[in-house]
Amino acid sequence: MATAICIQNSALFMYVLGRADDALILGHRLSEWCGHAPMMEEDMALANMGLDLIGQARELYTYAAEVEGAGNDEDKFAYLRDVQHYRNVLLVERPNGDFAQTMMRQFFYSAFADCYWRAMMSSTDPTLAAIAAKSEKESAYHLRHSSEWIIRLGDGTDESHRRAQSALNDLWPFTGELFQANPEDDALFAGRIAVDPRGLLQPWTENVTAILRSARLTLPQSQWMQKGGRSGQHSEHLGHLLSELQSLQRTYPNATW
Amino acid sequence: MYTQALNASQSDELTGEDAAKISRFEARVAAEERIEANDWMPAAYRKTLTRQISQHAHSEIVGMLPEGNWLTRAPTLRRKAALLAKVQDECGHGLYLYAAAETLGTSREELVDQMLSGKAKYSSIFNYPTLTWADIGTIGWLVDGAAIMNQIPLCRCSYGPYARAMIRVCKEESFHQRQGYEIMVTLSRGTPEQKAMAQGALDRWWWPCLMMFGPPDQQSQHGDQSTRWKIKRFSNDDLRQKFIDATVPQARYLDLKIPDDNLRWNEATGHWDYGDIDWQEFNNVLAGNGPCNRDRLAARRKAHDEGAWVREAALAYAEKQKRKTTAAA
Repeated sequence: MATAICIQNSALFMYVLGRADDALILGHRLSEWCGHAPMMEEDMALANMGLDLIGQARELYTYAAEVEGAGNDEDKFAYLRDVQHYRNVLLVERPNGDFAQTMMRQFFYSAFADCYWRAMMSSTDPTLAAIAAKSEKESAYHLRHSSEWIIRLGDGTDESHRRAQSALNDLWPFTGELFQANPEDDALFAGRIAVDPRGLLQPWTENVTAILRSARLTLPQSQWMQKGGRSGQHSEHLGHLLSELQSLQRTYPNATW
Repeated sequence: MYTQALNASQSDELTGEDAAKISRFEARVAAEERIEANDWMPAAYRKTLTRQISQHAHSEIVGMLPEGNWLTRAPTLRRKAALLAKVQDECGHGLYLYAAAETLGTSREELVDQMLSGKAKYSSIFNYPTLTWADIGTIGWLVDGAAIMNQIPLCRCSYGPYARAMIRVCKEESFHQRQGYEIMVTLSRGTPEQKAMAQGALDRWWWPCLMMFGPPDQQSQHGDQSTRWKIKRFSNDDLRQKFIDATVPQARYLDLKIPDDNLRWNEATGHWDYGDIDWQEFNNVLAGNGPCNRDRLAARRKAHDEGAWVREAALAYAEKQKRKTTAAA
């Protein structure tokens, strides 16, 4: 393997790569919990969700490589791209924080992924439709699991409520980017290859606010939304995550593992 | 947290042992019958098994830490997924084993507290650090390999819940062992740096793995009683020898050198002779002075302490729901 790869630019390729990056980075974050969760059942669940997401990332990277046709593969995309070439939303690179932060991040992402993958099952691209069929089942479970925790944390003890509210306030500004569409994606939407995420905002908002209400949590006043990940403008956190994730491939270029 | 009823101490009824009960119990064990949770059993049998099963469970849970150390640095996505699945399996084994131990009347919370307080032991092997990626291969190959040698006979243990748990655990461990060996095959056929990494890991893990089988037979405290009760089927030294005999050809296939200058094939016995094990090191690690004892316990205590508010929230929510249901009825 070379020390770094450049990525070519086609709308479908960049689109698939961005979804793969979302799944990989969130899966990686969840794997950081392994062995350190509040209870053994949750060690299992977080690892399980992480495994699902890493599995989705692998399928999407493999398809991106096929679309690109430049001889890259899942590992080159994951291990040999620098921060500015990653296209994941900022939400998934947020650090784990406490359990409330992790679950709130998971809840926001899963609530999006659940309706996103369900809609993508009708993609005219058969590979994306097949990946969607598998990912939808997984996301539905992730949403159920994270929703149940949000309700328990929000409506549990004073401390858990405070932590859940704080997680909500901190992470809410990172939800807007999930629904951001790039102008170059228009042809994909028109051909029904990909789903326009703007159309998912309403069902997402309804689902999320219903759960937050059950959890006795209140939406923050500010509606300012952060963005940048989809165009390669990331937070400070992603570089550290990648330096760890990519360390062996970068230290021993051209080795097979 | 789910089994508070088990937190109460044993009733007197269970400890009232008479000769007839003991002899009936021993006859059942001798006839290879499985003892089940509700069957009468001598208090010492219960105590021995509770100690053994919970120690096994603690080992699975603490064992997540050295491997978890490489989850975020696994060198390919396939390796990352396989390692995460493996560590998740270890957690599952821990849960399964705590459940088996609970059937003997001690709750998981109590058992976990014993581990966190340092009163209960876990396998000393997890007090060694994982320094390179090759350690992940070596743990699968040797540590899981040694665990399988120990655990396959436990599938026939006289205590039913433990024996049944072991059947599933052994299947998964055997998969882990093959996965670890496959990492070693890849590394040993890789670049000079990768091969050196593989040799370095073997050099560090070999002797601690031989120690996993426990003290030599003349010094083992629990051997005789456990053998009579068909908890233990083979002696420490027999299992150790079996492990060495199986592993030497595997190391040769990898073209790696086992770090023992006294390792020689013995035509007369049909086994590999091996050098002296440093039991002082073993005792030292057991006494809490291994390279990672403090770090491992600190990590488990941190997870437990920092997770307390989450567990409390789940309980408080369940209580509220219960009150609502009662009020509505």
